[in-house]
Amino acid sequence: MKRAATALAFVTLLACGAQAAESPTLKAVKARGELICGANGQLAGFGMPDPQGNWTGFDVDFCRAIAAAIFNDATKVKFVPLTATNRFTALQSGEVDVLARNTTWTMSRNTTLGIDFAAVNYYDGQGFMVHKDLKVSSALELNGAAVCVQQGTTTELNLADYFRSHNMTLKTVTFATVDEAAKAYDTGRCDAFTTDSSGLYGVRLQLNKPDDNIVLPEIISKEPLSPSVRQGDDMWENVVRWTHHAMLDAEEFGITKSNVDQQLKSANPEIRRLLGVEGQFGQSIGLTIDWAYRIIKLVGNYGEVFDRNVGQGSPLKIARGLNALWTKGGLQYGLPVR
Amino acid sequence: MIAIAKRSSGGARKAARIVFQAALVIVVAAVFYGAFVNAADHLARANISSGFRFWNNTAGFDISQTLIAYSSSTSTFGRAFWVGLLNTLLVAALGIVLATMLGFTIGIARLSRNWLVARLAGGYVGLIRNVPLLLQLLFWYNAVLKTLPELRQSLMLPGGGLLNNRGLFLPAPLFKPGFGGVVAALLVGLVASYVLHLWARHRQERTGAQPRTGWWMLGLICGLPLVAFALAGFPLSFSVPQLGRFNVAGGLEVLPEFAALLLALSVYTAAFIAEVVRAGILAVAPGQTEAAQALGLRGGLTLRLIVIPQAMRVIVPPLTSQYLNLIKNSSLAVAIGYPDLVQVFAGSVLNITGQAVEVIAITMAVYLVISLVTSLLMNLYGRTTALVER
Repeated sequence: MKRAATALAFVTLLACGAQAAESPTLKAVKARGELICGANGQLAGFGMPDPQGNWTGFDVDFCRAIAAAIFNDATKVKFVPLTATNRFTALQSGEVDVLARNTTWTMSRNTTLGIDFAAVNYYDGQGFMVHKDLKVSSALELNGAAVCVQQGTTTELNLADYFRSHNMTLKTVTFATVDEAAKAYDTGRCDAFTTDSSGLYGVRLQLNKPDDNIVLPEIISKEPLSPSVRQGDDMWENVVRWTHHAMLDAEEFGITKSNVDQQLKSANPEIRRLLGVEGQFGQSIGLTIDWAYRIIKLVGNYGEVFDRNVGQGSPLKIARGLNALWTKGGLQYGLPVR
Repeated sequence: MIAIAKRSSGGARKAARIVFQAALVIVVAAVFYGAFVNAADHLARANISSGFRFWNNTAGFDISQTLIAYSSSTSTFGRAFWVGLLNTLLVAALGIVLATMLGFTIGIARLSRNWLVARLAGGYVGLIRNVPLLLQLLFWYNAVLKTLPELRQSLMLPGGGLLNNRGLFLPAPLFKPGFGGVVAALLVGLVASYVLHLWARHRQERTGAQPRTGWWMLGLICGLPLVAFALAGFPLSFSVPQLGRFNVAGGLEVLPEFAALLLALSVYTAAFIAEVVRAGILAVAPGQTEAAQALGLRGGLTLRLIVIPQAMRVIVPPLTSQYLNLIKNSSLAVAIGYPDLVQVFAGSVLNITGQAVEVIAITMAVYLVISLVTSLLMNLYGRTTALVER
């Protein structure tokens, strides 16, 4: 009798243990019925609501991909606009499930804030924009200039570093948001404006006379932009990480939003594993086995998302550059689903 | 239980009161301690670093207005804190002075017998009091920025200054070694003129004659330093601002953000101070004014010698509140990019270190200390104006 009871307890514990390996964040998201995503709200091409209130952008589409994987519905996302000052507090406190807000992956942020970065979805760098009539062709000529910058970002630090290492003096004018900094630059308060080079093109479009401003060629820093999650929830981190890699793998294998249904019948074992025809990889991260199929069908592969938001299919027309696939000379390397 | 304690003898009643108060203090302290331990535990579990080690780390960012030496490469976060604090104190102190001057003027003007002056002052108060300060601040900032000329079309001011939308650039004084003597002479002049003032008052009380001290005081305060200046061999030169390729080099810079914040704070608080002053003046019994007029004193003298000194008793406590409001409202500098304490410390430093709890706690403590010191000083002054009951 005693042995049977012990055996029963053991089996129950094992069963509970198997269930308890679920992520608390994923459980909360499923129970809530929507994903809460921390976004920018003011950056054209990355995260901005249009006049009708529909959110569009590169980071926005990433969150929609996660929602598609979980709910099979890319619209089940709530976007919370966050400033550079409160973005980490919002993530740490649990206000948002994932932070997809063009945030640079740095060591101090990774180790002291209690957050983990899932995957670099955009390799960026910091650049400068100046008024054309200043006749400046290189950032090295900016000695003594006044530069408008958003406060509390890696941009502020890199700016000081760059000018110091080249023995140039500068006058920093800091603002709480990119919008205010851009407006001040437009009125002539500063000679130059600096932010990540992907943001420069978006900001330039919103200035009074976009053609009176040029983007200087120098990229003065590495800005690997990566969505982030709270530490301590490994399965949720895997959900976010593998969403990105699924989109990269899809582009590498040539799977697009329009042809994904035909690709289900493909004989290529890599495609079959990715789309869930073979294997059960989705279950190991708490999702269904067609998690990658849902992402590609409802949102698209990495190339499509890049194109429509910041690439040739958008007003920004940013070249793939470092964000091209590794097979085309870029840095985006999809990890194998197997 | 309290009712029973009241009916019992004095000793037991007092003991019960002490016991209840001690119990309440213990409960409140336990709540605070529990909250603190809870927060520390959660932070540790979430792997968020805590503690004050960040104070000595290099800041790495630039600040546009620094009253003390600051460099982005070598200065620490602690240094950045002091820079921000000094900027806040500067704008708060100047704001208090300007707001008081303007507020007293408007308050007295509102009680003027001149219909137009009274209505204009009333209109000022009605408009400024009812528009949110943030909107007024943004208005002043955009008004200041938009009307000033661009860098290439800077206004040249007499004396070598430049005015454009980057700021007001004045020739910066460069003090040479002999300047200490000039400062000493100025202090001597101030003390001497105060002594002269006391002597004149004493003379008036004794004999009734009013000796004319105005020009003498002016001579002492201005003349002595000038003499010292000449004797020391003119130990002063100026760094004149020059238009560089991009910016203005040299000179003393007054940021447009500073000007906008100062204007907005002064104008806004002055409207409230005006009403406080008006209330104080109306609180003085009308018999005082009538008696003064019966003695032959004109309106201005009555106000200055009879009414205002008595009105100060009523004015000082609400005036203290307005000063505290001004100091705390200066944190709106975040909206226009003036590098005050909140913008530098609770903005840049908080975001770079990520330690929100410590940074916000320090910022709140600093504002608390500033406000307590201000109200302490005002209460000390208030005691000098209090009625002495015989």
